[in-house]
Amino acid sequence: MKLTPLLALTAALLGWSLASQADDKPLKVGFVYVSPIGDAGWTYMHDRARKIVEEEFGDKIETNYVESVAEGADSERVIRNLSARGYDLIFTTSFGYMNPTLKVARRFPQVKYEHATGYKTARNVGNYQARAYQARYLAGMTAGAMSSTNQIGYVAAFPIPEVIRGINAFTLGAQATNPNVKVKVVWINTWHDPAKEREAADSLILQNVDVLTMHTDSPAVIQAAEARGVYSVGFNSDMSHYGPKSHLTAAVMHWESIYRDKIQAVLDGTWEPKAIWHGLKEGVVDVAPFNEAVPEWVVEKVNTVKMQIINGEHAVFEGPIYNQAGELMVKEGEQLSDEELIELEWYVKGIDG
Amino acid sequence: MRIEKRLQPSQTMVYLSPILALVLTVFAGGLLFAALGHPPLESLAIFFIEPLRDTYGWSELAVKVTPLLLCATGLTLCFKAKIWNIGAEGQFVFAALIGGAVSLQLTEVQGFWVLPVILLSGALAGMAWAGIAALLLTHFNTNEILTTIMLNYIAVNLLLWGVHGPLKDPAGFNFPESALFAEHTLLPLLSFDYRVTVALFIALFMVVVIWVLLARSLLGFQLRVLGENRNAARFAGFNSRAIIWFLLLFSGAMAGLAAISETNGPVGQLIPTLSLGYGYAAIIVVFMGRMHPLGIVLASMLLGLTYLGGEMAQIDLGLPKSITGLFQGMLLFFLLGCDLLIHYRLVLKERAFGVATT
Amino acid sequence: MDLALLENILFATVRTGTPLLLVALGAMISERSGVLNLGQEGMILVGAACAFIAAYSADSLMLGVVIGALAGALVSLIFAFVALTLISNQVATGLALTIFGTGLSAFLGAEYVGQSIEGMTRVELPLLHKIPLIGPALFGQDLMVYLGLTLFALVFWTMRSTRLGLIIRAVGENPQVAHALGYKVLLVRYAAVLFGGAMAGLAGAYLSLSYTPMWAEGISAGRGWIALALVVFASWRTERILMGAWLFGFASILHLLLQGFGYDVPSNLLAMLPYAVTIVVLVFMMSRKGAKGLFAPRSLGQPYHPPQ
Repeated sequence: MKLTPLLALTAALLGWSLASQADDKPLKVGFVYVSPIGDAGWTYMHDRARKIVEEEFGDKIETNYVESVAEGADSERVIRNLSARGYDLIFTTSFGYMNPTLKVARRFPQVKYEHATGYKTARNVGNYQARAYQARYLAGMTAGAMSSTNQIGYVAAFPIPEVIRGINAFTLGAQATNPNVKVKVVWINTWHDPAKEREAADSLILQNVDVLTMHTDSPAVIQAAEARGVYSVGFNSDMSHYGPKSHLTAAVMHWESIYRDKIQAVLDGTWEPKAIWHGLKEGVVDVAPFNEAVPEWVVEKVNTVKMQIINGEHAVFEGPIYNQAGELMVKEGEQLSDEELIELEWYVKGIDG
Repeated sequence: MRIEKRLQPSQTMVYLSPILALVLTVFAGGLLFAALGHPPLESLAIFFIEPLRDTYGWSELAVKVTPLLLCATGLTLCFKAKIWNIGAEGQFVFAALIGGAVSLQLTEVQGFWVLPVILLSGALAGMAWAGIAALLLTHFNTNEILTTIMLNYIAVNLLLWGVHGPLKDPAGFNFPESALFAEHTLLPLLSFDYRVTVALFIALFMVVVIWVLLARSLLGFQLRVLGENRNAARFAGFNSRAIIWFLLLFSGAMAGLAAISETNGPVGQLIPTLSLGYGYAAIIVVFMGRMHPLGIVLASMLLGLTYLGGEMAQIDLGLPKSITGLFQGMLLFFLLGCDLLIHYRLVLKERAFGVATT
Repeated sequence: MDLALLENILFATVRTGTPLLLVALGAMISERSGVLNLGQEGMILVGAACAFIAAYSADSLMLGVVIGALAGALVSLIFAFVALTLISNQVATGLALTIFGTGLSAFLGAEYVGQSIEGMTRVELPLLHKIPLIGPALFGQDLMVYLGLTLFALVFWTMRSTRLGLIIRAVGENPQVAHALGYKVLLVRYAAVLFGGAMAGLAGAYLSLSYTPMWAEGISAGRGWIALALVVFASWRTERILMGAWLFGFASILHLLLQGFGYDVPSNLLAMLPYAVTIVVLVFMMSRKGAKGLFAPRSLGQPYHPPQ
């Protein structure tokens, strides 16, 4: 066909002119948050990542956010209004935004959407998650090594797969350095109630727990541990300033790593609607610097396993793994697939609660 | 300067005071925005005008207004009779729970009667919840402000228990929310492009109903008598207990319909944060609307607009949500405060033995 | 159950009850004077944010406590002006105050999220804290808990045996009569509302300086609403507010304790118990003949305009 080269040239020119047009004005990136950016936890971390990428990309992008958008009737309107107002890329950062995002995306094919923690994609909707459980495993290794009562406490919000994965990974990690360790879980049924998080932590300390961690928003658990003189392991961000003596390390999130990639892809014109699940390897999750109290051999061991996970030599959920009832769930030499991890609803042996 | 009671409520002020409140809000709001480094006029425009620039904006306003207005119609009658039902929130939430459970039960069942049954279940559930307060008021003489507030807390916890427990979506990965309702259990949309459902017409119809009730029936008079003195009603020759029951059950039914308009409308499932405080917001609507049917329509539109405007201000100006909250609170203070002028007047100077003027 | 465990449960109960006690004492005084202020949540939040900001900036916890109380009183002044001077509906105005206060606290505190301060430490009273069972709970806490108990004693004494208590009650029972007796109804009500605001501000300061020394939006997590229920539960009697605060506090941590013992009770069903009991108390109170135990202020929530 003679036309083909011509078409290709036209397409290239068109593509170039579109691209150069896009260069004229910054890429507009919108974020939709479920809680206020001042929640000190989930949304706070996403917004911190937003500020980091805004700084990095300079005048190539323009970012904005809408906070405290309730899942349900309000979220669809907010996502749609952002779409209608010329935002090119929209991040929706809560599970409950999944269906509204997909619904709005059908109406705005030129806008690109990225939904956090869900499982559906569409022509212009990708989704992203962080393998927080990998960092949890490393944090668990540290906690296990530091426990002398062999009892570790875990304050958790809701038994959804994301939280269960974290508890399981943490427990497996703790057992890797301390085979006799038990993890006690207390559910508080809310993401954000600092006083209740603190009470839950104290109730665990009463049960002879000497290391604490949590899957809730605030650093209240770290403060409780500091006040009572037991160790703690943080989550979301490095919380060592809330517990200089107690805070051993933390499973930290670096959402900016994902945002950086996605924004760059849109700028380059290579964005695709993918479901990505990044972890230690990509730098989305990590462990915070260790407390002086953590002995050298533990730090070394954790760093070794970290490299093994990054290199793919070690998986967090590799067999043999038993459930609470003592049944073999993952055979020796096998590991849980991503599909199984997404739906994870059982607890590994050694978890109490 | 002092405040003096008028002999008659001022008709001029009925219309003038909300305008005064708006002017004050615009003025103070402008100052607030300017002080925080945001262009005052543009900010105000984005709050009040931008959300309504297109049909979609109007349709979203209607979506917001529907549950507010339904709750407010019931409360208007109650408040006229000085029955302080603060429980629309609880009635809403309890009705959502029951209506949601019924909707989930009817997932597999088809039939023209499905939607009416769901609406009815919501209304009945709202009535049942309000009925508790009515029973406590008429038989035990307990203060309805207090009992309805307690019932709100209980209802919210029941809903939370429902979505964390028996009504949780079995295929929902343990997220605290119910399964999505089946398509045929949802209220019909007026247009596929927008989210407005037939519930808007139900709400507007109910506004007309209370208008007629208040203007053209004995009820309006009876409510006023009851409002003057709960015990005097007996002497006026009617059963105040029966009217208290009617008022609370009616407002419960309205809150119940509001709940269905939301769960089986734009939300489409049961979630923990279902109500967003519609029951409480409706109280503000009723006072802003001066307990007049037309007034509550305007007031619910204004309140709905500030919600939409708050989102717009975040999108367009990067105003944080906290500032929109400050602005909303200020607006409400002005609107509530300016009501004073209807029943009272400001006297600038003491006039010794002056001729009374109006 | 061993003694140490019981001691710890009592300790946690008193601590959990302290913010409820502070708010409820203030709300009770305000309601006894006839003013229903539903804006407690907003006042607590403003108090918590301002207390933290002051303590963080000036590196002084004591200053934080003072500023928290002042800030609470200051926002309650808005409510007092609109509801009392401008004679608006108290319920609606209180709701508006909650919206306003939530926004204001978030705005003021925005820069302080994620910052930490050295919180209050426990001050064990000599000898007393060694009393078995109740020692640590009552005498091994931090200064805010002692302040709460002191204020409780002060309010108890004021309402029971001072003229001021009598005046507050008279104004709440029948403002017309109180006016005729020569009391300044509006002045008393203003003072009562401001006292309520200061107490809510103190409760906020307790949250952000002692309980969980930090600022996060919505740190009060609904405690203002619980305190309003508590006042009714206590049927406006000071001594019952203290017991009620501890009871409500205990109820809110009960599901955590039960989980520790291996019982899985739905926490939401437990959470509604205090409210259901409050309704029962209301019914019981009203059905008693002669209404001897009846402390419900008769003019609660009703607007008042002084006659010329």
